[in-house]
Amino acid sequence: MVDSVIVNTDFNKANSVLDLNSVNKVSVSNLNFYYGAAQALFDISMDIPQGLVTAFIGPSGCGKSTFLRTLNRMNDIIDNTYIEGKVLIDGQDIYGSETDVVALRKKVGMVFQKSNPFPKSIFDNIAYGPRIYGIKNRDQLNETVEKSLIRAGLWDEVKDRLNKSAIDLSGGQQQRLCIARALAVDPEILLMDEPASALDPKATARIEDLIGELRGDYTIIIVTHNMQQAARVSDFTAFFYEGNLVEFGDTKRIFTKPKIKQTEDYITGRFG
Amino acid sequence: MPRHLQREINNLRQKILTLSTVVEESVYLSVKSFMERDADLAAKIINKDQEVDLIEIEVEEECLKILALHQPVAVDLRYIIAALKLNNDLERIGDMAVKIAERTVNISRHNVQEVPIDFSSMAEKVKLMLKKSLDALVHMNSELAKEVCIADDEVDELHRNTYMVVKNQLSAHPEHISVLLDFLSVSGCLERIADHTTNIAEDIIYMIEGEIIRHSKIREKC
Repeated sequence: MVDSVIVNTDFNKANSVLDLNSVNKVSVSNLNFYYGAAQALFDISMDIPQGLVTAFIGPSGCGKSTFLRTLNRMNDIIDNTYIEGKVLIDGQDIYGSETDVVALRKKVGMVFQKSNPFPKSIFDNIAYGPRIYGIKNRDQLNETVEKSLIRAGLWDEVKDRLNKSAIDLSGGQQQRLCIARALAVDPEILLMDEPASALDPKATARIEDLIGELRGDYTIIIVTHNMQQAARVSDFTAFFYEGNLVEFGDTKRIFTKPKIKQTEDYITGRFG
Repeated sequence: MPRHLQREINNLRQKILTLSTVVEESVYLSVKSFMERDADLAAKIINKDQEVDLIEIEVEEECLKILALHQPVAVDLRYIIAALKLNNDLERIGDMAVKIAERTVNISRHNVQEVPIDFSSMAEKVKLMLKKSLDALVHMNSELAKEVCIADDEVDELHRNTYMVVKNQLSAHPEHISVLLDFLSVSGCLERIADHTTNIAEDIIYMIEGEIIRHSKIREKC
């Protein structure tokens, strides 16, 4: 078991050109999560800063993806789950009775491990969200699709075949398409659950570069099994183990001088 | 730790210990050769420097290989970074031992003059600093390393004293300029060995505690 939880949002020391005294976008306090009788998360408290990249690392089954999904209530769709504690986004309790879950998921976009383009054209994939939110005007849709694909670094590769099926894109392109689709509804937070784990090194590098480009405009939270990736792309890193948040702090410090031995054992491969 | 990384780090550790042993012996013998004006012993030390240079390159290549292939983090990363740096300091200490040996060869060509300079205290302090820093490395003992850092000031003071004595002697006995400059050079070498030894101690503290203590006074002011 974990001896202690360090919640060290040591923003001033982060290696960043952004304003590191930025406000917290997400504030989680005393969060417990249960799959039926099995408790998956134990008393998690952490503040996630706005406009920066926060990585969640930890062994399989440690609760990092479960925790990620609590941030846009994706766990609601799983039967027999139960949550305690508070998750505030911009100060609003997302588990409060007045929360509109659809609006929440517009604000908190998500990209999954396996790219999941709809069996539609590239254009329709990106325009899907905006259409649901009521945008019918063709010019407006064109603009949104182009802007989203440019932001996702995919425009130059697909601009001449927007009406072709998204399924025909390569794995890396499909994943960037999914990111573009998430961006099309103008989210403020992007949750990424192992977004590059199924991609080759070149496609992975594109995704990592993209995270760097989106940083600043979006609050990005990424779950990854690739610790080098967490070290490369994130400003802050949180290490989870057996449902506990063991250590949270400046990525540079976590990967050079972690405070908790369990973190050091995990990142250096001495675990177990 | 993955077994292959553990194996590589053990291998590196062994090479660093070999280099430490060779360098420590060179310093010990170079001081002995100078004290006893033993040119034969000095010549052996000069010849041995090639061995130090070769091990230094091997250690550096091992470090680069581990960085490239294993991308170590945390304590493993600190070990490799500190190893790279102290490897360089050890090689420089080896060079200083050679310089002392060269002064021995030079001074032994002259009729040895009575020079009122006693290196024994300075040499003992420097050898003890080197021994302590290497013990700190072997036992990963940061307290021992901190003692080395403190001792450096004493050696600096002894070197300043030697400088003053040599300066006075040069005025009084300008005919002995060559021998006096040899003495000053050896004092300078011992002082540089103490500096490199202090660097090694600082690297060991970084390795163990993750704190860069170098230039801490300047950094506190900033």
